[in-house]
Formats: sequence, structure tokens, C-alpha cells
Amino acid sequence: MSETDAIPEFRKQSKEGGEVSLTNLSGFSSGIGIKSTREVLAIIAVAVIVIGGTELALRVFEVPPYIMPTPSSIFAALIGDFGLILPHLGYTLVELLSGFAIGATIGLILAAVITQFPFAEKIIAPYILLLVTTPMLALVPLLILRFGFGYTPRIIAVALAAGPMVMINAATGFRRVDSAKIALARSYGASTLQIFWKIRAPMALPMILVGLMIGAIFGLLTAVGAEMVGGGFGLGNRLTTYSSMIQMPQFFAVVLILSFLGILIYVIFFLIGKKWASWEA
Amino acid sequence: MNAPGAVTPKLRVDGATKVYQTVSGDLLALEDCTMAVQPNEIVSIVGPSGCGKTTLLWSMSGLHGLTAGQVLLDNRPITGPHPDIGIVFQEANLLPWRNLEANIRFPFEIKHQQIDRVWVDHLLNRVGLEGFGKKFPRELSGGMQQRAAIVRALSLKPSVLLMDEPFGALDSFTREEMNRLVEEIWMDTHTTIVFITHSIEEAILLSDRVVVLSPRPGRVARVFDVPFERPRSLEVMASKEVFDLTNAIKEEIVGRRTGITSAEKREPAVAS
Repeated sequence: MSETDAIPEFRKQSKEGGEVSLTNLSGFSSGIGIKSTREVLAIIAVAVIVIGGTELALRVFEVPPYIMPTPSSIFAALIGDFGLILPHLGYTLVELLSGFAIGATIGLILAAVITQFPFAEKIIAPYILLLVTTPMLALVPLLILRFGFGYTPRIIAVALAAGPMVMINAATGFRRVDSAKIALARSYGASTLQIFWKIRAPMALPMILVGLMIGAIFGLLTAVGAEMVGGGFGLGNRLTTYSSMIQMPQFFAVVLILSFLGILIYVIFFLIGKKWASWEA
Repeated sequence: MNAPGAVTPKLRVDGATKVYQTVSGDLLALEDCTMAVQPNEIVSIVGPSGCGKTTLLWSMSGLHGLTAGQVLLDNRPITGPHPDIGIVFQEANLLPWRNLEANIRFPFEIKHQQIDRVWVDHLLNRVGLEGFGKKFPRELSGGMQQRAAIVRALSLKPSVLLMDEPFGALDSFTREEMNRLVEEIWMDTHTTIVFITHSIEEAILLSDRVVVLSPRPGRVARVFDVPFERPRSLEVMASKEVFDLTNAIKEEIVGRRTGITSAEKREPAVAS
């Protein structure tokens, strides 16, 4: 065992890995690859300058709040009216989580099954593409007509938006067949089920996580959009309500909460990916 | 060709023919290939690229079916993967999402068996990988990955080890080290080994016999005996006999294709 040749070999490999792995998780892991305190300080400094500068400019030029409220008034609204907004955040989360759970589950199962049958996959592919590219928001008026103004149409819309995204990415993952690894499992007499759980599924996991993340973000967009179309609750509904009442600080406070939700989704999947799929990135 | 007829061969390939159906038509990879591997023997298979070496090895492992002919293990036809056959694949073929420990546990998991701790620890020790269990494949050098793959292949105590160009991707020093390791493991276990390689030097260092396959479709062109004592010292490997044998094998492989004879002697003699 010579440590001396092991080390450069390792370096070479890890370097190659860094160059090649532009795919999958590394693509979004680079986004929050912040390491030093210097970088953190610089990011905070930029935020202070931008927010402070906006505040200053809005005050100096006396921009009316219905055109653009000052950052300080937005923060004040966020804190002062948080109690009013909070239930709506809860409604939106319920729609997002249940719709996403339904859509992602169906998407994952379909991806796993369909990739086992290349012929069926070829036939279904254009329809999946249709589902991925159609903005499911367009169906919301119809869904409301059918299901009323409650949770149901929104949850269906979220599921329809998230499911195909999860499915198309997971299918890409399941299609990544490494015949040598499958041969390895087969050489020990592995069953089809064992090959699925011990080779195909872990190999697909990085792409599954990418699909789940994109699906969750699409789900959030669709949930908010559906809330804007109709019904009396949810963050999207707050946006239309506040803007119609020209309560711009509250409006932007809701926008801030939505940005935070989006970032939260990203961070959650980033951390899951780091824990379970770091072998690829 | 001196297959001692008295002993039942460990592994026998009988008229193996393999046709691949490809988009551009049928591809005859092996044609009437016949050879035998005796118990406790190391046999190398060499031949030009694409001559069907890997196809032959995969057929021996039961991973591939044959179009015609059969493979016999201990006189019984092989119809699928067999627990008595271990395989070391090209480029280690470790599962990148499992650490070394979990990679070696993999065969036991598939077989629903308890890991044989004593044997596995002995093997890990043997190849110098003790203490690396928590490392992931990407954290290991190519040589270390291939050591782990050897441990994995031997973990279920197969009586035949099939090695498919296992060290082709390694640098020459690491490769030499790995060859010595295989030699040591063989002296330890006397496992029957079938070894596919591009390197004639590697084939001679390791084998009792070297089987040369013809260009596609693969057939056994010639079998060379390698009569040197083990372990094969550097002196032996630099000797005139090895030099001549190397050239003879090379002529068999290259000469067949291009008509170049051994007179050209492109292989530089190793300074001893």
C-alpha cells in the first residue's frame, strides 16, 4: 500500500470530478457554495448598500408609496402585519405540500415503471412533454368551475405542475443504466427488485432530487397563481387583495415571504443532496 | 497446447459462438472458441482489441448467454451467474454511493447473508485496505479501488476468479504492484484465475498459460505455456526466455494482423 501514489491519484480524480460534473446537483450546489466569512460579509455589504440606497433614493425623490414603498415600510409591514399574513402562509403551505406530495409520488412511480418499458416510454414521452410545458395555471379557472373555491382545485393544479417535472427528471435518472453495475449485481444472483433498489434507485437519486426541487418550485408558483385566480385565502390571494387596496408595503411583505419560501425549497433539497447524493457532485 | 487430459478442467469452454444483434446487422464476436482452465491455474487471455476477450469472459461468468456452444464449470454447464465464480470488472466498478465497507458488504446483501467478518478483514489486510472502510470510492486512488474490487470478488470465496482487464486503467507502477498482489493472493488461495489483459508482460508474470485469441471473430489462435517458478522475480522477468516468449506472443497477435515478423523486434530488452 503506497500512500505516495495514492494521493496524487486522488487529486487527479477529484479534479476531474469537479470539471466533469456540471450536470445535476453540482449545478445548483455552486449557488450557495459560500465558504469564507469575507464572502459572507461582502454579500451582506451588497444587501446593505442596495437596500440603503433604495431607501435613500425613494426618500430623496419622494416616490409615492403606491408606486414603490420604502424598504423600511416593507419591513415594518412584514413585522406589524405578520400575524395577519401568517394564516395565509399556512394555507399556501398546505396546498403546496399536499399537491406536491401527490404529484411527486405519482411522478416518481410513473418514472420508475415507465423506464422499465422502453417501448411504452417512447409512446408516452410526447404526452409527458406536453404536461411539462403546459402551464397548469391555465387549467385553474376550469378546475375552479368544477371543484369550487376551496383547496381542491389548487392542490390539483400544484400536483399537475409538480408531477411531470418530477417524472421527467426522475425518468432521466432511471434511464442512466450502467450495464457494468447491473452486471455486478446480477453476478451475485440479484433479483430484478434488488437491482432496482440497490443499483437503479441510488443511481437515479441525484436526478430525482433535481426533479423534486424543480417540481416543488413549480408547485409554489402554481399554488400562488391559483390563489390569485380565485378563492379568498392564501398568499396569492393576499397579493391581489393588497394590491387592489394599494397596500404596497404589505404587498411587498408577501412577496418577501414568497422569495423566502423559494429559497427554503432550494436549501432543503441542496442539503438533502449534500447528504445523500454527494457522491456525484 | 498441453491441457493435461487426466484432470477434470475447472472451467471448459466448448465451441463457444456468440453473435450480437446490432442495428447495423449481426456481429460475430466469438466463433467456435474452445479452451480449458485447469484447477488452481492462472490462464491469461490476450488478443487484439475487439477480438471478443470480454465476451468470452462474460460468457464464462454466465452473465452472457452463448449463441452456440457451452461453458462447463466442474463439468456442469453454466446457465447463469454462479456463486462459485467471482468477477473483477474493468475499472473496479465500485458503487460510488457506497463507502468501501458497504461496497464489500454488497455481495452479502444480495445473498441475504451475514458478512463473513473474519474472511473479509483478512482480505482487507492482505490488500492493505484496513482502516479505509469509511472512504468513498472517489476518495481512493485507482489502485486502491481495484484492491477493494478484488476483496469484493473474493468475499464469497469463489473457486474461480474472472478478471476482465482489471488493471488496464492504472499507471504502470501501480499495475506492477497489483500484479504482485494477484500473485500473492494466488499463492495464498490457489484460486483458479482467468485473466484478460492487453499487456503481454502482465500475462507472462501472472499466468501458467497464455491463450491468444485471433482477431474477430475470436477463436483460440494459440496457447503458450509459461513454465517459470512463482513468485516470478524481476530477474526471471528480465531473462532471455521471457523475452523470447514475449516476442513469440507478440508475433502471434501482431503478426497475424499485419504480417510483421519477430525480426523487427520492437520490444526493447529490459536491462538486467
